[in-house]
Amino acid sequence: MEYMPNFQLHRPETPEEAIKLLNEQPEAKLVAGGTDMIVNVRRGIEQPKNLIDLSSINQLKEITESNDGLRIGAGVTLNKVATTALIKKGYPAVAEAASSVAGGTHQQYGTLGGNLCLDTRCLFYNQSEWWRQSNDYCMKERGDVCHVAPGGKRCFAAFSGDVAPAMLVYTAEVELLSSRGIRRIPLAEMYQNDGMNHLTLAPDELVSAVHLPRTLNGTPSRYEKVRIRGSIDFPLAGAAVRLKMNCGKVEDISIALTGVNPFPQIIKGTDEYIGKALNDEGLDILRDSVRKQAKPMKTTTVAPWYRRRVIGALARKLIKELAA
Amino acid sequence: MGEKRNKTHLHCTVNGKERDNFVPDNMLLVDYLREDLDLTGTKIGCDGGECGCCTVLIGGAPQHACLRLAATCQELDIETIESLSDASRLSALQRGFHEKLGAQCGFCTPGMIMAAEGLLRQNPNPSEEQIRQGLASNICRCTGYIKIIESVQFAIGELKLAGNAT
Ligand SMILES: Cc1cc2nc3c(=O)[nH]c(=O)nc-3n(C[C@H](O)[C@H](O)[C@H](O)COP(=O)(O)OP(=O)(O)OC[C@H]3O[C@@H](n4cnc5c(N)ncnc54)[C@H](O)[C@@H]3O)c2cc1C
Ligand code: SF4
Ligand code: FES
Ligand code: FES
Repeated sequence: MEYMPNFQLHRPETPEEAIKLLNEQPEAKLVAGGTDMIVNVRRGIEQPKNLIDLSSINQLKEITESNDGLRIGAGVTLNKVATTALIKKGYPAVAEAASSVAGGTHQQYGTLGGNLCLDTRCLFYNQSEWWRQSNDYCMKERGDVCHVAPGGKRCFAAFSGDVAPAMLVYTAEVELLSSRGIRRIPLAEMYQNDGMNHLTLAPDELVSAVHLPRTLNGTPSRYEKVRIRGSIDFPLAGAAVRLKMNCGKVEDISIALTGVNPFPQIIKGTDEYIGKALNDEGLDILRDSVRKQAKPMKTTTVAPWYRRRVIGALARKLIKELAA
Repeated sequence: MGEKRNKTHLHCTVNGKERDNFVPDNMLLVDYLREDLDLTGTKIGCDGGECGCCTVLIGGAPQHACLRLAATCQELDIETIESLSDASRLSALQRGFHEKLGAQCGFCTPGMIMAAEGLLRQNPNPSEEQIRQGLASNICRCTGYIKIIESVQFAIGELKLAGNAT
């Protein structure tokens, strides 16, 4: 028998029931596909008394098209995100990112919502109970010190979801549901720069869907990541680029990163390139600006300096490919 | 000792057989299969989602039994490695792993075969690249993977022959 803490499982069938449960049990945790949450429960990182399983809420599994754009339910599986023609054609980086999450089996039941709300990751955190215990735990969970930046008060655990940067370059919005109703905010506002608390969601809120705007449907984009194993692995660094060229000049450009900060990050200052041609010099400046803004810390087995170099090179490569 | 565990009545189908059991809320599907049903073909090789040894089919699609709570399998159809042979006759995939030496220590084999089974049901004629993708969530310590890919390719050939014969 595998070790599992004791908890009560709830299986709501509608989003409203889930919200009601969240209100009754403010400490409860949500689980969708479970490919992150159950791992953390097994490792003693999460010890919920109540677990709310979203997998039987069919309403969260719908993809619908409207004048506004595409609405993808939080419960849609990554496999479906990767293979749905509307997404592949209209928002290619999103499909590409979903197909690069973990391995094929994980994508069969891991969800979009779970991917966007993925806990931040760190070498000293994503470990078994005995491993963390022998290291006196760390600030993010039970302990007092940060092993990455001892003496500091901040946690630098890296946001490592693949799909968020691809959504960010399309200025996606998320629909958040609570007993106060639905609010819709830019996805970028769902995150903050704090490895211990990277989501701005209220404790009684859940993500019900993601909206991709119609206006950007069909603009070319790419997502790629660097990882240790080609088959399954979290990104050491990942970049999404959306680029529209017009007569050899940039019409629109957006770059977003994952794996190099506690939140998925939009690169600032890319607007300066609008209306300009992208020669080698321009590509180098963009690369350097990506390197400057990325802030990888020692949260993986691979050194931060490498991740910083590689993220710049990766973004440059994608921009060049898209510009060609 | 131990708080009382919450339990749920689970009604599901495992390898074609209807099951009615009370399972603790915190019981993993892999423990339900191995401990309650004695289906020990499904293995546990890691502490969560990394190795693929626990792969089973749920509703025909591969999933990790170590990341799924048993109580969430209500009314679902679960298939494990034990379901593949027919009256002791090995399935094409099982024969492939035997003929092409796709199993060495054998620990990853049940998960590999179930992932391959899920793949072949969706796509009976996958390319080598598609086989690699389909088995990407499964780790093998021994074979170096080449033999495993050959085993799956052997099964694809066998299934084609069988299909032509009928
Ligand atoms: C071996 C392995 C490799 C992996 N590799 C990658 C990788 O390369 N890239 C990557 O991005 N991920 C990876 N993952 C993590 C994970 O598989 C994916 O991120 C997956 O998309 C998570 O989705 P889920 O539905 O399984 O999430 P869950 O585990 O169910 O949930 C994840 C988190 O999101 C919260 N949550 C879920 N749904 C909602 C909602 N609707 N509203 C609010 N909060 C919600 C949960 O409370 C939990 O905190 C890997 C996991 C494993 C085990
Ligand atoms: S960055 Fe520091 S506090 Fe955060 S998880 Fe890593 S070791 Fe813990
Ligand atoms: S036991 Fe390793 S993935 Fe399930
Ligand atoms: S045969 Fe030994 S792990 Fe694959």
